Amino acid sequence: MQLKTLNGDAAKVAVRGDGHARALSDVLVGDAAVAYTFVAPAFFLLLFLVAYPFALSVWFSLSDARVGDAGSFIGLDNFRRLLTSSIFLQTLQNSIVFTTLALGLKTVFGMALALLLFRITYFKRLIRGAVLLPFIVPTALSTLVWWWMFEPLYSVVNWTLKHLHLVNHDIPWFSDAYLAMFSVILVNTWRGLPFFAITLLAGLVAIPKELYEAAESDGAGPIGRFWHVTVPLVKPVLAVVILFSAIFTLADFNIVYVLTKGGPMNMTHLFATYSFALGLQSGQIGQGAAVSLFLFPILLFVVFVQLRVVRKSTTYE
Amino acid sequence: MSSLGRWARRSRPVFTVYMPTMPFVFFALFPLYFMLVTSFKTNAEMYDVNSVPFWIGRGVTFGHYELLSKETYFWSWFVNSLMVSVAASAISVVLGVLAAYPLARLKFPGAESFGVAIFITYLVPPSLLFLPLSTVVNRLGLSDSLWALVVTYPTFLVPFCTWLLMGYFRTVPKEIEECAMLDGCNRFQTLLRILLPVAVPGVICAALFAFTLSWNEFLYSLVFVSPAELKTMTVGVFSELIRGDIYYWGGLMAGACIGSLPIVVAYVFFLDYYVSGLTAGAVK
Repeated sequence: MQLKTLNGDAAKVAVRGDGHARALSDVLVGDAAVAYTFVAPAFFLLLFLVAYPFALSVWFSLSDARVGDAGSFIGLDNFRRLLTSSIFLQTLQNSIVFTTLALGLKTVFGMALALLLFRITYFKRLIRGAVLLPFIVPTALSTLVWWWMFEPLYSVVNWTLKHLHLVNHDIPWFSDAYLAMFSVILVNTWRGLPFFAITLLAGLVAIPKELYEAAESDGAGPIGRFWHVTVPLVKPVLAVVILFSAIFTLADFNIVYVLTKGGPMNMTHLFATYSFALGLQSGQIGQGAAVSLFLFPILLFVVFVQLRVVRKSTTYE
Repeated sequence: MSSLGRWARRSRPVFTVYMPTMPFVFFALFPLYFMLVTSFKTNAEMYDVNSVPFWIGRGVTFGHYELLSKETYFWSWFVNSLMVSVAASAISVVLGVLAAYPLARLKFPGAESFGVAIFITYLVPPSLLFLPLSTVVNRLGLSDSLWALVVTYPTFLVPFCTWLLMGYFRTVPKEIEECAMLDGCNRFQTLLRILLPVAVPGVICAALFAFTLSWNEFLYSLVFVSPAELKTMTVGVFSELIRGDIYYWGGLMAGACIGSLPIVVAYVFFLDYYVSGLTAGAVK
């Protein structure tokens, strides 16, 4: 497409003068060379620091490598051992529970918040800005305040609950397995909600007003309009947001590491924190790499679906 | 009667929009407010079960900030974070601009596969690669140095910047670029003089996000750098203010406040860029 127009222009230029035309043809021949030159730095960076480590990770997972010991090939032993290890199976279960519940909460409340933000007219910037803040602040630092808010003795949450006479004892947020899982899900939702809300809001803004008016004149109430206009049109954005967030929720490290370190009794370990505990804290690099590689199939699935969604939407344009 | 009806109609959004929004705003802001309040509270009040925790009742103290300045490497962490974030962001924006231009504009064999590769790496979470990367960092002789971070942060920043800038470059009309080339500009000059000025908002957005992501990074920094004085903000506050069983809660909160400050300041000034950067990845 571009070549064609450039050639057309080149023909025109050729009439005007030789010099320009020659320069232009040089440029055209050089296009691929220029492209490779420009792309090269990024390409080599990603080759050496993403592709190579990834290959290394696959090698580690197939070896009995330990810290300071390159290890030797042991086939799928690491994976076999993991799938029979109760801690790993617990991690797997935790990951599914954590990701499903956190994504569910973020989707429902994110959609609700987006709909509210969409209808706000006064203090629009202020409210949007306030709501987006948890996403911008460093997670490792903001998780510290959640830790302090759930601290066993001086928890502000327990203080409030006790003074409202809802409970009469301190709730052990981090030493009870269910409550610990609840806490990490809550913090993940707190941090991730703005991403859902702001992105879905962008999707809502893009819906043409005429569609709502048409639905209204056809007799659709607010609920009917939501289900028959908003939901179908926001669906592609929602799908992309959920897929995108699925990876980063599943791969979460900061919140769990700061808040519970995977405890109590491994009940909040996710792939990332368990891989960290195995690979770095007990030095079993092979096992640690094998754990982290469980993230990869999900990653591929998301990439596959997203590329299809993106392709689909571009062909419709 | 009619004035009452008008009043009801006008005030309806207060009940249907503004009041339901308040719990969300409270949920978002309360932890940050509590962080700030705790950082100025005396230990005596903080650890008194009977005092109301929501505000400061018995005088403001700067003791926790003093503890940070005097007994930890806090300001070194701050400077480390700043240097690493600026360097990694600068590298990533430059590499991102260079890679985004041909991917958005030129046709060359392999363009599509490289685009997909960029997209995949954009989605690779750091927790997938930190183990082998620590080996690579070791072999390069960079472990326990800030260079380890300057080199590894671009692995997630470059794909982001490239992806974002591709979108901006695509919005520039091709005709402008063609005119420049007919006037004798080469590809590099066109990029520098024609595309970049038009895509300035995109470049600002990429730089802001790269800076924010580097400043907030935790895992690589935790793994690759262990000497206390070389840590970055996020790791330093977390690991140096908890000594065994002793938690310096006031210091932790004070560190979290100052550690969040640069990002919050940038955010207040460039809110719109943050919003557009956030949605660029998902909404096309």
